[in-house]
Amino acid sequence: MAFSFELLLEAILFGVLLGCFYAAVSIGLSVSFGLLDVPHVAHPAIMVLGSYCTYLLNRYGLDPIVAGIALMPLFFILGVAIYRFYYETFEKRGSEAGVRGLAFFFGLAFIIEVGLILVFGVDQRMVEAAYIGRSLALGEFRIPWRMVVAFGVALVLTAALTIYLSRTFTGRAIKAVAQDEPALRLMGANPVRIKQWAFGIATGVTALAGAMLIVVGPVEPSLDRVYIGRTFAVVVLAGLGSMTGTLAAGLILGISESIVLMQFGASWAPAVAFGLLLVVLGIRPQGLFGR
Amino acid sequence: MRRDWPFWAGAAATVALAAAVGLSGANEYFFYASFVVLQFVVLATAWNILGGYAGYVNFGTAAFFGIGAYTAVVLFKAAGAPLAVQILAAAAISGLLGFGTGLLTLRLRGIFFSIATVAVIFIMETAMVNWRYVGGATGVQLLRPPVMEPFESYTRMLFVVMAILAVIAVSIARYIEVSWIGRGLRAIRDSEEAAECFGVPTLQLKLFACTVSGALMGAAGAAMPMYMSFIEPPSSFSLTYSVSALAMPMIGGTSHWLGPVIGAILLGSVQQIVTVTISNEINVLVVGVLLVVFVVAAPDGILGLLKRLKWLLRSSR
Amino acid sequence: MAAPLLQVRGVSKHFGGFTALSEVSLEVVEGERFGLIGPNGSGKTTLINCVSGALRNEGGSIVFRGEEISRLAAYQRTRRGIARSFQIPRPFHSMSVLENLVVPLEYVVHLNDADAHAEALRILKTIGLADKAATLSNRLSQVELRKLELARAMAARPRLLISDEAMAGLAGNEVDEVLEILFKLNETGITIIMIEHIMQAVMRFSQRVICLDAGKIICEGTPASIVKDAEVQRAYLGA
Repeated sequence: MAFSFELLLEAILFGVLLGCFYAAVSIGLSVSFGLLDVPHVAHPAIMVLGSYCTYLLNRYGLDPIVAGIALMPLFFILGVAIYRFYYETFEKRGSEAGVRGLAFFFGLAFIIEVGLILVFGVDQRMVEAAYIGRSLALGEFRIPWRMVVAFGVALVLTAALTIYLSRTFTGRAIKAVAQDEPALRLMGANPVRIKQWAFGIATGVTALAGAMLIVVGPVEPSLDRVYIGRTFAVVVLAGLGSMTGTLAAGLILGISESIVLMQFGASWAPAVAFGLLLVVLGIRPQGLFGR
Repeated sequence: MRRDWPFWAGAAATVALAAAVGLSGANEYFFYASFVVLQFVVLATAWNILGGYAGYVNFGTAAFFGIGAYTAVVLFKAAGAPLAVQILAAAAISGLLGFGTGLLTLRLRGIFFSIATVAVIFIMETAMVNWRYVGGATGVQLLRPPVMEPFESYTRMLFVVMAILAVIAVSIARYIEVSWIGRGLRAIRDSEEAAECFGVPTLQLKLFACTVSGALMGAAGAAMPMYMSFIEPPSSFSLTYSVSALAMPMIGGTSHWLGPVIGAILLGSVQQIVTVTISNEINVLVVGVLLVVFVVAAPDGILGLLKRLKWLLRSSR
Repeated sequence: MAAPLLQVRGVSKHFGGFTALSEVSLEVVEGERFGLIGPNGSGKTTLINCVSGALRNEGGSIVFRGEEISRLAAYQRTRRGIARSFQIPRPFHSMSVLENLVVPLEYVVHLNDADAHAEALRILKTIGLADKAATLSNRLSQVELRKLELARAMAARPRLLISDEAMAGLAGNEVDEVLEILFKLNETGITIIMIEHIMQAVMRFSQRVICLDAGKIICEGTPASIVKDAEVQRAYLGA
């Protein structure tokens, strides 16, 4: 077996960048599913929606990352609306509605995907920016600048969200509502309001994730399918509700995928996330840092 | 069981009707379209055994269907196996896949099972894409064997076969529903924790439902390659199968075996019409929208609406 | 009253970093009326979940009728004679009241369909819910739901019945109704563990009481002695 140490190193390096990116696109799900327990299988679809919105803004000359940030307030509102609807229709009714809630998000994901096909067609879309198309030379390795940018944004985003959740008052309220809702009620806080806010933040963050997605590579409407695997693999591997775990899990996924990509080619890489997910579910469903 | 014979009479009549139609001079396109609708009757009924009765949502119908199709292809290419053998083998392999998926994830919460079923689609599709023998990513053409007497065309024969399969699927679903197994599954759906505390072997029952469900989906898939004279991964593992198999029981009603049948016939027919007259994308959008509308506004499906209507009419007298 | 029916020895349970139970040991004798009290969060329901099989205990052993049951699934423990009611009632909400009882009669007692339905009706009569037999279980009042929980547990023909706060939130006369049912059940030979916050009920009912606090047993004895115990008072009123 021809084995190149250099190729492996390059794959690992690429994997670290990719992994951080995966962590950042999964962190919204870490909040909405990991902390709030919403069966949000439409999370990747909303992210892809964010990618297409970024694409539109980019057509008018806006830098994709800036576009992503600009979209965050809009997606925040979208998130609040979705949670509100989900809560009134399903969560309030209790366990009877578990199946329906899941079916709802599945249907929503599907509608978003098909809607995007109808508006944009099935062809791939890309954005243009100064850092796309050029590479950074690091010693013997060439790293695409777009990966570096995504890596940087991902780190900042993940760090910001983790700090928000652990240092600020609302952030800690969000974590509290995940662990002990009755206690929170007794303290006079309204759990529904908090969860609504949290879901809004998770969705807002997803807008930026979508921007990073289209920076990293071209997008097409069906991209949400493979990202169901990637985001859920990261969130489950991390352990529900663990933010630091998300980064670790993202890195594990990124590096594994990168190595598989190098060894076996592009047709096997998407299956890595799903395979990892099944393995984790089978062996250690509470993940690395699970509650 | 008490009032069984009306059902069996109806089942026999359906098979007889299908055979008669199959031998009649009806338009060839009718058989093309009806085959698809009947296929969905099997898929929706199969889905409902686990999804409707037990409350575990399978997103991966496409995987079990697709693997059934590929099993049939392998047997056909390797041994020229007759259709009946293909179907049985497909049911066995997909049943095994259902059992395996269930074993891995049915111990966990429902959503993990659902996500795992998505994973199975991807993994199976990736595996088939990378398998040269069945044509890999581009697929492979298949030559239909000469059609057997007394049918005029292969499509007509497939129509009758699928009708028989539909009757078998519905019979199995109905048996499960009215038996003690069905009661156990409903207990699981209503409150799994309580069910486990009152003697219901929840894991075993779920595994059973998952295996039977997968097997029936595989059986439905087995006829696909012959129907199309062609097989390829994207269409065999198309997510449309997953969404439809989920939407049809939700629309028809999930607590009774008649629900998936109604949902499949209605939605299946709508799909055929929309695909031909408008476009395939709009068709898929319609399915998605109907799913969400029913899940939100009419959770008990059409059967539930009819029940409420009956109650309203009765109390207004 | 003779042999120990249930022996819990050194059972612990952790959730992440939180210790719910810490080396809890207790013994319940056959035919006994046993009370389990403790402030919220003291681990009562966790202990019950470990005994019934809803949770796996970490370390220690749980012996029922001489058999180690720690490794058994919940449904297997039920088939060996342990039944429980739930703190927040969990009826099979799509089924009628009658059918709720048919489930354990079929799955635990292994009666056939016809016999199960007949026996279910008989149980409903003894508990006073016969007129609601055909009602959907999610249409019942609070006290009716609590009775259904107990009826369902009875249908499992248990040797040991664990009643988890069956009277929480009920009015005075309703509490008495439920207490009556429990007394009657005990008279037929069923050992009962009662978890309650309503002190009056616990004191009236129990022959022996154990008090849990923060996952540990802090006191054990007759109702009279428990009430006077300083530790128990501290646990409930706060240090």
